[in-house]
Amino acid sequence: MHRVVVTGLGCVTPIGSSIDEFRSALFSGTSGIAPFPPFAEAPGPTQGLRFTQSAAIPSFDPDQHLASGVIAATNRTAQLAIVAARQAAQQAQLLQHHAPGDIAILLGCSTGGRSSEETETARLYTRDARVHPLTVIRTMASAGASYVSIDLGVTGPVLNLSTACASATHAIGMAFHMVRSGMVQAAIAGGHEAPLTFGFLRAWDSMRVVSPTQCRPFSADRDGMTLGEGAAMLTLETLASAQARNAPIFAEIVGFGMSADATHITQPNPTGAATAIRKALADASLEPAQIDYINAHGTGTLANDSVEAAAIHQVFGDRAPHIPVTSTKSLHGHSIGASGALEALATILALHHHQLPATAGVTTLDPSLNLDVVLGHARPATPKFAISNSLAFGGLNAVLAFRAT
Amino acid sequence: MIDHVANRCIQLIAKSKNLEPETITLDTTFDSLNIDSLDKINLSFEVEEAFAIVIPDDALGSLKTVGDVVRGVEKLLQDAPAPPPTVN
Repeated sequence: MHRVVVTGLGCVTPIGSSIDEFRSALFSGTSGIAPFPPFAEAPGPTQGLRFTQSAAIPSFDPDQHLASGVIAATNRTAQLAIVAARQAAQQAQLLQHHAPGDIAILLGCSTGGRSSEETETARLYTRDARVHPLTVIRTMASAGASYVSIDLGVTGPVLNLSTACASATHAIGMAFHMVRSGMVQAAIAGGHEAPLTFGFLRAWDSMRVVSPTQCRPFSADRDGMTLGEGAAMLTLETLASAQARNAPIFAEIVGFGMSADATHITQPNPTGAATAIRKALADASLEPAQIDYINAHGTGTLANDSVEAAAIHQVFGDRAPHIPVTSTKSLHGHSIGASGALEALATILALHHHQLPATAGVTTLDPSLNLDVVLGHARPATPKFAISNSLAFGGLNAVLAFRAT
Repeated sequence: MIDHVANRCIQLIAKSKNLEPETITLDTTFDSLNIDSLDKINLSFEVEEAFAIVIPDDALGSLKTVGDVVRGVEKLLQDAPAPPPTVN
């Protein structure tokens, strides 16, 4: 079994399209949530949405990064993935040190090329228009993983994982296990999602879990999540290989746990989440007492935050109220299949830079949760071990455990 | 003389490959523009939309130059007069 470290980071997110920008916003508490302009495709006189804010990346211009043929053949979500993966690969000098066939790419993406699908389907259903011939490849959820492999020339195992809001965490965790076992020497792992389409926002609106104001996790008056888009990528390789070539090491991944609630498609279950946390700790040979920081799933819905707090109490017992907890979703939004990658990145940066980012937007902390939620400003700290939780619709739970290096 | 059909085809090809239309002539080959099979399918859709025609499947494989496309479109338009072409 190999020790696995993170030697490259990349991101295109609502709070930054480089790691420096992301880190700066993360520790200064600068949110990427903003009002979105009206959707021109709304057929009725109103938008029909109870909410007005999202976490988008209006500055992302694919023309700055990608050839016209790639732009034509890809949806925004794959474009975000390619650009973020390039950053992670370049920082680690991945292809200079590992054979293309010895590298894996595991990405999380839940909704695929949603905007391409909606555009063509709307034209087909309402105007009997012909469907664009690139629709299939623009919309398949694995297109991002494929295009990252094509862009980087990686020929090893390439997979997309789709487990709703836990997709990227599952992807990073499975990539970690593949590198640890020696199946591959290195991996690009992360997630990408571009779900801010009119149809998808209307679908979320109908579920009544999106905040009509703004996401504020763990707040007593929290009223829902704020949806976002983005991509984040990590380069993983063995500690031995990173040390042999003096690669930058941002953190070590030490454990990964997963579980299924097997109870309800939307209502989370604290025992399922607690099981995933315990499995991550067991995978890392850690005791609960060793965890000193938690990046929570923390969507800002009433149900998630209560259930996640209950899970933390189940696992950590008397220490639960004293472990610092952050939800970074009120900064970068909830980018569905990508969110676990953005949060893994936030956790790694917290360990690497000895600062715990604050949970933005909280008005009054919900006292019933009984957690040490980091509020206000980033808190200086030197945690040694941290976990990052992802608790998806469908009861699919994934938890990563990291060690500071 | 480069006519309307040729001009429109060159515009569509230039747009799809992010090139200046002035760099493309009727003699320009698809190979020289790095137009692969997927580009061809994409381009044929754009051409079909622009001229309201249907390019037969078996015609795609024989297209090697921009001139081939223009002549093919002109023939399809002659065989089945279509509504006026759409303009972006």
